[in-house]
Amino acid sequence: MEKEQEKNISTPVERVDARRKISGSERYIDDMDFDGLIHARLYTSDVSRARIKSVRLPELPEGYVIVSWKDVPGKNRVKMINDDWPFLAEDEVNYYGEPIFVVAGPEPEKIEEILSKIHVEYQELPPVYTIEDALEASGESDGWLFADYTIRKGDYESVEKAFGREPGKYRVIEGTYSTGLQEHAYLEPQGMVATYRDGKVTIFGSMQCPYYVKGALVQALGLPEDRVQIVQTTTGGGFGGKEDYPSLLAGYVAFAAIKSGKPVKIVLDRREDIRLTTKRHPSLAHVKSILDENNRVVGMDVDIVLDGGAYEGLSSVVLQRSIFVATGAYDIPNVRVRGRAVRTNNVPRGAFRGFGGPQGIFAIEMQMDRIARELGLDPADFKAAHFLGKGDSTVTGGVIRSDVKLDEMLELAKRMSSYEEKRSNRSNRSNRRPFHGRGISVFIHGCGFTGSGERDKIKARVGLRELPDGKVALLVANVEMGQGAQTTLRKIVSDTLDIPISSVVYDNPDTDRVPDSGPTVASRTAMIVGGLVREASLEFKSVLEDRVVGSAESAPGEPLKQPEEPIEVFKQYRQPPEISWDDEKFIGDAYPDYSWGVNVVDVSVDPVTREVTVEGIWGVYDIGVPLDEAIARGQMQGGIAQGIGWASLEVMEEREGRLVQDSLTDYIIPTSMDLPDIEVDFVMNPSPYGPYGAKGAGELPFVGIAPAYAAAVSDALGVPMDSIPITPEKLLNLKFNKGEEPESA
Amino acid sequence: MKSGKTQEITFRLNGEMVSIEVHPLKRLLDVLRYDFGLTGVKEGCGEGECGACSVLLDGKIVNSCIVPVGTVSGHEVTTIEGYRKTERYKVLEDSMAESSAVQCGFCTPGFVIAAEALLSENPEPDERDIREGISGNLCRCTGYQSIVSGIEKASREASELWKSEAKK
Repeated sequence: MEKEQEKNISTPVERVDARRKISGSERYIDDMDFDGLIHARLYTSDVSRARIKSVRLPELPEGYVIVSWKDVPGKNRVKMINDDWPFLAEDEVNYYGEPIFVVAGPEPEKIEEILSKIHVEYQELPPVYTIEDALEASGESDGWLFADYTIRKGDYESVEKAFGREPGKYRVIEGTYSTGLQEHAYLEPQGMVATYRDGKVTIFGSMQCPYYVKGALVQALGLPEDRVQIVQTTTGGGFGGKEDYPSLLAGYVAFAAIKSGKPVKIVLDRREDIRLTTKRHPSLAHVKSILDENNRVVGMDVDIVLDGGAYEGLSSVVLQRSIFVATGAYDIPNVRVRGRAVRTNNVPRGAFRGFGGPQGIFAIEMQMDRIARELGLDPADFKAAHFLGKGDSTVTGGVIRSDVKLDEMLELAKRMSSYEEKRSNRSNRSNRRPFHGRGISVFIHGCGFTGSGERDKIKARVGLRELPDGKVALLVANVEMGQGAQTTLRKIVSDTLDIPISSVVYDNPDTDRVPDSGPTVASRTAMIVGGLVREASLEFKSVLEDRVVGSAESAPGEPLKQPEEPIEVFKQYRQPPEISWDDEKFIGDAYPDYSWGVNVVDVSVDPVTREVTVEGIWGVYDIGVPLDEAIARGQMQGGIAQGIGWASLEVMEEREGRLVQDSLTDYIIPTSMDLPDIEVDFVMNPSPYGPYGAKGAGELPFVGIAPAYAAAVSDALGVPMDSIPITPEKLLNLKFNKGEEPESA
Repeated sequence: MKSGKTQEITFRLNGEMVSIEVHPLKRLLDVLRYDFGLTGVKEGCGEGECGACSVLLDGKIVNSCIVPVGTVSGHEVTTIEGYRKTERYKVLEDSMAESSAVQCGFCTPGFVIAAEALLSENPEPDERDIREGISGNLCRCTGYQSIVSGIEKASREASELWKSEAKK
């Protein structure tokens, strides 16, 4: 599709936003001034599940408003997959902390006082808090299952029958795996400002998806498209947390702005942000593997359940990613996968880097690790014997179309981490103090939207426009949130048109100015949006060349031609014809292409305190071709750090629907002391589906690191680690094999 | 924004003497951001955990979200806005930009302040020292390695800047 690049696109350039950010001059939403701005706070439920019997509101001082669901001008449902999530509770609440009112006015103290005088009388209903209870409840009444999918490859049932007939010939290994809640903990808390002038609502705020917010407000405000404008402000981290929730926050400030006639701002404080916003879905998976006499997995049965919280939101799509990677990077001939997303009376879960992938990959990777250890095989060798390759079929019957370089990647990861040397040193476990362990993971991540999302739902459109000063405006709705999009997408234009990066204008998106190139999610910005930007740039270039040729043809002495019309090029996504997907039956290519990774993690475990220290982390990635190697490396290192947090430190529990850790004091994310140097390398494997061969990158590093960490702890202690986060407390309660129990100090 | 009795607090802010009539328990962070418009100082957690609000108080790093403004009376406060005028800052800006130490940027000014606090104590830190020196600041984007490299680079290229202006 593309010519081999002459210049090397991967060569790092300085990020366009680096110096503004280092110097503190970059402005985030809370740093901006608006004339006549008033503040808003939310009144939230203090029970998990109840009918609202009555409410008593205080007298309001002048200049203050209380907004209830009755003030929502349009539909009081957030526009998502199934529109089940109300902005403001109507006659029932379904989780602790569910917003019921917005209170707005000039003085924060006064707002506080008004909030304290609101009284809501509840009639409580029996809540459901856990996956197990939700599954039980779903057997008794409707409404506790958001989604229940089954996908198949080959004929798992036959393999199970064959095993039943000749049990001696086969071996069955089973495991149950679980993962916990995770908070995004972007450093910039969520914030939005709404203004309402001349019948038009304008939103400014921290977000990943300006057009999602727009769609949500058009529906909630009942306004025409041209009366809702969304402007993204520089976003201090997202990780998926600013995919779904900004639509709600934008609604709150918009309702209050319309009711008060004043610009309204909400910037959440950290505790509010943790309590209100979505989280990573906890998961519970059971995996059963049937092996033949050659130690090959011939059948796999996977059952995975996600806890979706009180409203469906994006849960069904998150679940799809979990089940589509149920057999990970492996070619298993006969597979049955069931996935369910259940409803509980907990804060709704949502998008988070990896989007269901990490939960699925954790289960399959820990299962493969368990099988290898039970068989006495090296996990790397055992996994390598099952690698997917080009032409193989995925669990949905899609085709792996591009080269798969897993063998090469595994070799490189082994070399970087001195895998073989250390393996021989580790054979004598009982003599090791502290306990040392090593884990390896191999993983896959589908690039772009799941299923037919790009083709049927998003229909991304990008534009390029020539500006009077000769610069070129890049018109996309994708945002810079730290991942480097403003630099990498500019690089594509700059490289194609052979103009300096500084001649490409790419301001924070404003829906009045840019077309809908889709949300900044799903590792789609580089591959899908970048691909369109490249296409648009190539066309722009050819128009420009025609113009130059045209002007050269005008004879000398003739009057100069009229100045040409400024060049404008728009490009819309077209699904490559060979990619097919049945969205009803989940058959076909769930993704156009895949990124791949291998991680190795070394740990030591203190025999007394059971504290785990990460001694080394190595990552080898196939993201096609990095659009900027330094930016890609930063994504990999950052994703690894976040994944190590999920696997180890980041404990987030709910007691009767209330978060126990609701601040950065109690919810611990990794510091510089919790991580070693992280060694990252890339294998070049240009994809035909992305610009310069680029594939998705942002989520990939998160996907595989937790199982490598957990496998390393398993290796150190000789006990399977089935559940994350792995805390010292959990390890203290573990039973060790005889002879391996550390002596007490 | 605390109501109640205010008093006049005088301190040196980014090199200039300033006075403000304020409740002494008001957070230094709010005074800096809202009374002086110094928005390079960020609020990430509001309880002294994340370091986004880091400033220098008499050359030592503090989290301005847990410092009552009354305690800075008669002292010297330097925010990123003041620090960015120095030669040391220019070195750090270059080294951090070149080391790709910036992603979302919300924590970055705090890390610059942490780097200054570290280098002014120890102009030639090793990797361990740097990791310790910045351990009071949280970053969710980078995994810290590029920040550590950025500070290492600044020290390698211009440690004399921190040595020559020895502790005051």
